[in-house]
Amino acid sequence: MENITNDYSHIKGWGIDADPKNDPTYPMKKRNNGEHMGYSWTRPTLQPETVEVLHSIERPNVTAVFGTSTPPSGLSGMIRRLAFKKSENDYGHWLPLILADRINVVEGIIEDLRSGIVPNIFAEKGMKAEWKHNRSGVIRQMAVTAIIAYGFVAFYRAKKRRDRGY
Amino acid sequence: MLAMNYRGPLRVRASQKPMPQIEHPQDAIVRVTRSCICGSDLHLYNGSVPDTRVGMTFGHEFTGIVEEVGSEVTKIKVGDHVLVPFNIACGECVFCKQEMYGNCHESNPQATAVGGIFGYSHTAGGYNGGQAEYARVPYANVGPTVIPEGMDPDDAVLLTDVVPTGYQAAEMGGIQKGDTVVVFGAGPVGIMAAKCSWLFGAGRVIIIDQVDYRLEFARNYAQCEAYNFNEIGDPVVFMKKTTDWMGADVCIDAVGAEAAGNAMQTITGRKLLLQAGSATALHWAINSVKKGGIVSIVGVYGPTDNLVPIGNVLNKGITIRANQASVKRLLPRLIEHVQNGVLNPKALITHRIPLEEVSDAYRIFSAKLDNCIKPVLISPSAGM
Repeated sequence: MENITNDYSHIKGWGIDADPKNDPTYPMKKRNNGEHMGYSWTRPTLQPETVEVLHSIERPNVTAVFGTSTPPSGLSGMIRRLAFKKSENDYGHWLPLILADRINVVEGIIEDLRSGIVPNIFAEKGMKAEWKHNRSGVIRQMAVTAIIAYGFVAFYRAKKRRDRGY
Repeated sequence: MLAMNYRGPLRVRASQKPMPQIEHPQDAIVRVTRSCICGSDLHLYNGSVPDTRVGMTFGHEFTGIVEEVGSEVTKIKVGDHVLVPFNIACGECVFCKQEMYGNCHESNPQATAVGGIFGYSHTAGGYNGGQAEYARVPYANVGPTVIPEGMDPDDAVLLTDVVPTGYQAAEMGGIQKGDTVVVFGAGPVGIMAAKCSWLFGAGRVIIIDQVDYRLEFARNYAQCEAYNFNEIGDPVVFMKKTTDWMGADVCIDAVGAEAAGNAMQTITGRKLLLQAGSATALHWAINSVKKGGIVSIVGVYGPTDNLVPIGNVLNKGITIRANQASVKRLLPRLIEHVQNGVLNPKALITHRIPLEEVSDAYRIFSAKLDNCIKPVLISPSAGM
């Protein structure tokens, strides 16, 4: 345990934002009656829906603005559409989204290959930096992977020999 | 334009993407001058946040020069150098009117708990982020703030998230003069939370992590005590012991879903994604705080399917005192602190990496290589 001192002169700004009335509900203390009126505020101009936008069933509509980065597509998109039929309170919403994300990774590789791009997974994982700053860790990881792979190969070879009866 | 491109868990690259367009009259297009990788981006990078789609561009901490504005934009103009808060907020809905800009109800159609966030999956609105040469900034009359004359852009970019989140973590702790504050996590936000705890009059500030270089950095930067949880035995017992067996007055969870330190949490939360991420830091915070104390959460948790939806507690600002930072609300005070030298955000920046090398940048930050605290990406068209 370090020696504790009550002299804070070495800490610039000590206590300048101290407020004995620091209200645990801030900023909700600025609450007004507006929220009791439901969805009644003047909505901003609505962004035109030029792409498919999924929206939570816990709201009646799409928000006034939204992102258009990656609209749902392919098999992952079909799963996402199903997920958005369930509320945010339902595992039937979140688990399919996680599944769709994994499928989407495979779709991404297919899309790359179709576009003539062979993904450089080594580079995408930042292995150059890992090699530069953690060479011993990379070598250790490669050695462990090689040993495990060798173990599997040896096991299956032995099993094959046993199955053939010699 | 060049932009970061997510290809799947632990796989990102820089590639050419179409230029962003004005899609709404309150949009602006900015040429990005600085963009950071945030600890929260690592939740996306690791594949922990549902609805993170291949092809997205991450990045919710950025500054940029305004290149184009929509017909309803009046508060900023072409040529302004702006810092862009990570929250996308309309300024009109009932939650924005309460200054809960992180909870805007008109920026994220995909979920109701959290408002829109740049580059943060479709769970936060599906917006491309600022780890690119150019970015679309919706509601440009509300969030983007002209960087004050003379302010270093490196300081400005950290005012988009790290500083306000750390400050709000301390603020939500309701710290009173003399209080003992424990911060779990010595990442950039945790370090800033520790630093800001002094501004509220903390009597003692302790930070807990497992990476020695981060602890050393925290000791020097935030002038706090710093302990490695691998060396102190049970952190909760340690905290009790070091507070005369009472517990801390305030505990801050600045870790969130990626917490280490408990095998069961790691397996169920981080590896199998069966809960909202590893809740180790949250357990330690709740168990280390004294009776009647306050737990403040700014660590991000994902949605849940089998446990309490703690991610929604954060995103909705329910009273344990947890929320996404309300950047716009805090900016005036924080700009003042930076200008007066009370806070020195840019000292957190340890790495400047070209956008072209974004894969390596993510690796360095996520694997905590090369003593990295905070990396900044510089795009080829940054011009500075």
